[in-house]
Amino acid sequence: MWGHLGTPGTRARPAAGMSSDLDVFVGNTTLIDEEVYRLWLDGHSVAEAVARRLRGGVLEREGTSVAVLQSDTRDHYRTFQMLERLLHAPPRLLQQLLFQIPPERQALLVQRYYAFDEALARELLGKKLSKGTKKELDEFDNFKRVFKAVEELRGPLAENIQQLFLLPPSLARDYAAIVFFANSRFETGKRRLQFLSFADFAACAQSMMGHWSQGALAPEAAEPDGDLPKSFLQDLKELKVLVTDKDLLDQHKSLVCSALRGKISVYNELEANFKALSRALVNVGGKLTHARDVRDFFVDLVEKVIEPCRSDKWSPGDLRLFLTQYTAAPRNLPGFRHQALWERYMAAITACLLRMYHD
Amino acid sequence: MPGKLKVKIVAGRHLPVMDRASDLTDAFVEVKFGNTTFKTDVYPKSLNPQWNSEWFKFEVDDEELQDEPLQITVLDHDTYSANDAIGKVYIDIDPLLYSEAATVISGWFPIYDTIHGIRGEINVVVKVDLFNDLNRFRQSSCGVKFFCTTSIPKCYRAVIIHGFVEELVVNEDPEYQWIDRIRTPRASNEARQRLISLMSGELQRKIGLKVLEMRGNAVVGYLQCFDLEGESGLVVRAIGTACTLDKLSNTSAFLPACNSPSKEMKEIPFNEDPNPNTYSSGPSTPLKNQTYSFSPSKSYSRQSSSSDTDLSLTPKTGMGSGSAGKEGGPFKTLLRQQTQSALEQREFPFFTLTTFPPGFLVHVGGVVSARSVKLLDRIHNPDEPETRDAWWAEIRQEIKSHAKALGCHAVVGYSESTSICEEVCILSASGTAAVLNPRFLQDGTMEGCLEQRIEEASPPGCGFCHIPYDELNMPFPAHLTYCYNCRKQKVPDVLFTTIDLPVEAIVVGKGCLIQARLCRLKKKAQAEANATSISNLLPFMEYEVHTQLMNKLKLRGMNALFGLRIQITVGENMLMGLASATGVYLAALPTPGGIQIAGKTPNDGTYEQHISHMQKKINDTIAKNKELYEINPPELPEEIIGSPIPEPRQRSRLLRSQSESSDEVTELDLSHGKKDAFVLEIDDTDAMEDVHSLLTDVPPPSGFYSCNTEIMPGINNWTPEIQMFTAVRVSRLSNINPTNQTLNKNFNDLCENLLKSLYFKLRSMVPCCLCHVNFTVALPEDELVQIAVTAVAITYDKNQALQASKAPTEKSQQRASTDNEEQLQFPLELCSDPLSSQPFSPAKEVLEGASSHTGIPAAQRATSVDYSSFADRCNSWIELIKLKAQTIRRGSIKTTTSLEKASPLAEGYLRHRSVPSCTNSTVSVVKMTPLSFLPGAKITKYLGIINMFFIRETTSLREEGGVSGFLHAFIAEVFAMVRAHVAALGGNAVVSYIMKQCVFMENPNKNQAQCLINVSGDAVIFVRESELEMLPVQPSTAAPQPTSSAGDVTT
Repeated sequence: MWGHLGTPGTRARPAAGMSSDLDVFVGNTTLIDEEVYRLWLDGHSVAEAVARRLRGGVLEREGTSVAVLQSDTRDHYRTFQMLERLLHAPPRLLQQLLFQIPPERQALLVQRYYAFDEALARELLGKKLSKGTKKELDEFDNFKRVFKAVEELRGPLAENIQQLFLLPPSLARDYAAIVFFANSRFETGKRRLQFLSFADFAACAQSMMGHWSQGALAPEAAEPDGDLPKSFLQDLKELKVLVTDKDLLDQHKSLVCSALRGKISVYNELEANFKALSRALVNVGGKLTHARDVRDFFVDLVEKVIEPCRSDKWSPGDLRLFLTQYTAAPRNLPGFRHQALWERYMAAITACLLRMYHD
Repeated sequence: MPGKLKVKIVAGRHLPVMDRASDLTDAFVEVKFGNTTFKTDVYPKSLNPQWNSEWFKFEVDDEELQDEPLQITVLDHDTYSANDAIGKVYIDIDPLLYSEAATVISGWFPIYDTIHGIRGEINVVVKVDLFNDLNRFRQSSCGVKFFCTTSIPKCYRAVIIHGFVEELVVNEDPEYQWIDRIRTPRASNEARQRLISLMSGELQRKIGLKVLEMRGNAVVGYLQCFDLEGESGLVVRAIGTACTLDKLSNTSAFLPACNSPSKEMKEIPFNEDPNPNTYSSGPSTPLKNQTYSFSPSKSYSRQSSSSDTDLSLTPKTGMGSGSAGKEGGPFKTLLRQQTQSALEQREFPFFTLTTFPPGFLVHVGGVVSARSVKLLDRIHNPDEPETRDAWWAEIRQEIKSHAKALGCHAVVGYSESTSICEEVCILSASGTAAVLNPRFLQDGTMEGCLEQRIEEASPPGCGFCHIPYDELNMPFPAHLTYCYNCRKQKVPDVLFTTIDLPVEAIVVGKGCLIQARLCRLKKKAQAEANATSISNLLPFMEYEVHTQLMNKLKLRGMNALFGLRIQITVGENMLMGLASATGVYLAALPTPGGIQIAGKTPNDGTYEQHISHMQKKINDTIAKNKELYEINPPELPEEIIGSPIPEPRQRSRLLRSQSESSDEVTELDLSHGKKDAFVLEIDDTDAMEDVHSLLTDVPPPSGFYSCNTEIMPGINNWTPEIQMFTAVRVSRLSNINPTNQTLNKNFNDLCENLLKSLYFKLRSMVPCCLCHVNFTVALPEDELVQIAVTAVAITYDKNQALQASKAPTEKSQQRASTDNEEQLQFPLELCSDPLSSQPFSPAKEVLEGASSHTGIPAAQRATSVDYSSFADRCNSWIELIKLKAQTIRRGSIKTTTSLEKASPLAEGYLRHRSVPSCTNSTVSVVKMTPLSFLPGAKITKYLGIINMFFIRETTSLREEGGVSGFLHAFIAEVFAMVRAHVAALGGNAVVSYIMKQCVFMENPNKNQAQCLINVSGDAVIFVRESELEMLPVQPSTAAPQPTSSAGDVTT
């Protein structure tokens, strides 16, 4: 067919000729310019990227021309566009033959590609990731991609993510938190939760998965880590006895109070609020079986535990002492047979509260 | 039935989704060789099929083995309709046909489709069992090794260099057959790829047969090209140098280097080169001859053979003819006769090598070139491609006669090329006329005494510069002086060559890339009228290119060009000339004079002022360049320089070519006068423009050097950090009413901007040198120019560079010792860091003994630095010569010392080498380089030639990112396929890589584009020198020069 095109008489030869100038540079080792990569990741157009590079003073440093900078930027952008498909499944980046990229550069490409803005992530926490609410955001696409990839997988979420996306451990943990929140749909947007950062929630998610998920107990768990195990949540209802049985509640209180007397500065407040606090702490868990109530997990913790303590001026140390004793005491309660479950439950709750207890 | 080909299909991965419904693919594989096809089972519903097939066995004769590629097609099984092709892999099994290369091909290959590009990968294992005595089957030439490398490959020794082999095969281009009107683009592209693959195989086999006839066992400097002649057909042609090579593995033969009394041993010479490539050899005189060499005049007509003109020039200096002038005379005659006998039985005493074993190149006469314009006609009988053969034979004959005119019997650095536009074709050939040492050309004919004389007569550092022609009967007017190095022989004032700088050459300062660029408008015309007008333009273009080169060379204060390559490209309405070369200052040649501008109308005051302003600018530029390239030759007092040679003209006028008439052209006087006397006469505005344009070449930014040869003169401390790249640009030259001047300017800007862009891209590698910068120009359409550049950027160590420039001897010393190392052959044991501070071990002494022979140049280098200091005390030639002789002796002692002193470098290097190399990627790294070596590494095995041809086409150009997106992806795919093939052969690098063709066409209206790319190179295994050193045996020898910086590298 090019035979025809190539023949002088038949070949269409528009006045415009070349539609655009051709200008490419291809290295046997793929050149990656970190600055341009950042600009590309930030969503700048070629023109914007060139403008920014100009402001960076590269012209003066290298004594080159704007045209050269444009050509260079376009080359990099094309490379990144071709790489993007591979970045969606980073293990393929390692196996592919098209681009020869040294391993440390590959790692950098992936890490930067999956890095996200915590403010944005904070906003999206707990929202549904399966459907595109914010299509325009690449970061959101990354969340969705990771979510989709690990949704059905068993085993520790963060490890799965790390394996599938070759992310550094801390970044993988953050993604695990995002997936966890998206699965459980915790409410994080309420005004009274605004003081909590993404890092706070990520830490909470990690504690919850660490203590509550099946993976935490048995490596070959049947359910994905991203979902809290149903049986566990069901079992939590058993703990209600701690607040519904008046005897147990009183004994619990006296055990904790006697252990803390003289040891914390807010002893009086503790004595006065113990029952309310205990009810809140136990009920938060009891409600986790209902999807609608799950949403309120953090709201409840803040509203019913953190805010009262804060207004009574508990120090973080006070809270820690209290929670330690509060968790340990039921061991000595006659007739309470759920100590193991209770400690597993309280381990995550304690970690979350301590993390969240700040201004 | 002498061979059994066995193929196993293991698995696939990352296949494309072929069934939209299931998002999966039911893949199977067809394995085809010749007319036999096998199929694997269908592996259902997977993008990562595991076929694990049985061994498919093809019983074939070895002729077929050589010609046919193995063709693997991956398909998607479809129960109800035709199976869809996913893509193909072509595997050239040639590397499996000779014993020293690869034994198995095994690995992941990209699955390639001409419309979609790479679509997943397939894992394949291929083996060949050969039966019988291969050589009994005369139709095949299994066993002949092919190398693209234009020097004797390391790890081999040349026993004999037989000479030129060439062959061409023609066929109809499938794209122009009637069937192309009804088949799909994919089918058409695949037919073409397959045909070219077949033709390449056939061509290689035929060349192999010729080599066997000559009793050789290898082809070095193998260059194969395609001519896409459109309607008239497809030509695949190849040239190379037949050699008998010996693998350097059983060393014992060479060990005696120092003990054996025999002369040959003493010179150690022939062994090939240890250091990859560092050797090159010599150039010679300027292009002078060149003017004579084009013979465009009548050659365009179909049957006619060309040029009568040039023949008339030849007789003057036929071989052996001249009176013997001065000392060199009788010897020269003798040498000539000897060489002649060695060469005379050859039709064309041509060598495609650009780098030679030490001692091979005796003298260099200058560049010889020939061009001829032909009208293409349909090739009626593909089996008898006489017309094309005759065309080339004609050109070669012309080259041969030019060489004779220069008193040379051989042509080295020889290459051929074509440029085609519609039905007009320009055939070009060029090379460097040279006198060779017959020792290497024949078995056993070495005559000791003659060799002796050669050695005496031509010191290696400057001998190649000495004129081979008879000075009293010179083929062209030239200014001769006594050699500034040895004072014994005459040298020209400027030397142009197509070869690499010989290792032993004594150079002052650094080199640089020099380009001459030129456009000439031409009327659109048909057929003969077109050919005639092209023929008429060619002489002027050659002349102007030559003038530009000369001016630019002077502007840089240099006196010789190496690696000169002049391309003339023909388009519909213009011709373009692009010459690239590496300029250097050879210590043996006189200091170039400056450039003087002479005005034509001296009465006009403002004009005068302008002239003097220009003159000042030129002088400033020269001064700046001398500083930049560190050109500080020792000053010689005038009386010493003053030679007894009669000088025909002190100042010669340069006629501008505008001045018409081809008769005049042959009379052009290209001798550029004396030292101070290069005069540019400004007789019109064009000349003014030319002067301006001279000054527009911007030197590379600091930290960058560039050259188009293998090694950069003056830099010798490479690190292993290399980056090979290809850049392609297509640009519109001019819009309305283009004139030659505006076109020239645009073209010039295009090239300069491209270079600037490369420097910017590679800025992170500074300090660095772009080596083997290879520009290719095409004119795809009216006013559109396509420039493709392939080169390698190599980082060097700046600190070491400083030291090295203080001790220029080091380089050659190291090289010399490297040679020895190779000869000595216990590579693992010996190749330690030579610089390492270990004092004298006996082994070291042996080496030094050896290097005092091979290393003569080093000694001279040292001397060249300081002889000026006593030169003023000398009153006569004789005294000077005597003194010099002494210095040489002293010099060699000095050299030894400098070697030891160098140990601080070694320490630095040791420090570095512990840097761990990062390798946990699953894909093995394959380096690619246009050079014949890898800095800091040793090539341990050649696995075979890579010669690949790909077509890529799209009907969704915009969607693929426009022309740039399309070509960017395609080039990346080509690199990937080359790397995959090399890795499957067990290699980790391609050396002497070249992109021979990149033909790009687009039709934006139809949203279509097509591109053809042809690449080649040598697949090798290399070992880092630092790794070699880790081996337990601690050596005491010198390590090859590139090592010195081995470590820095990857940090």
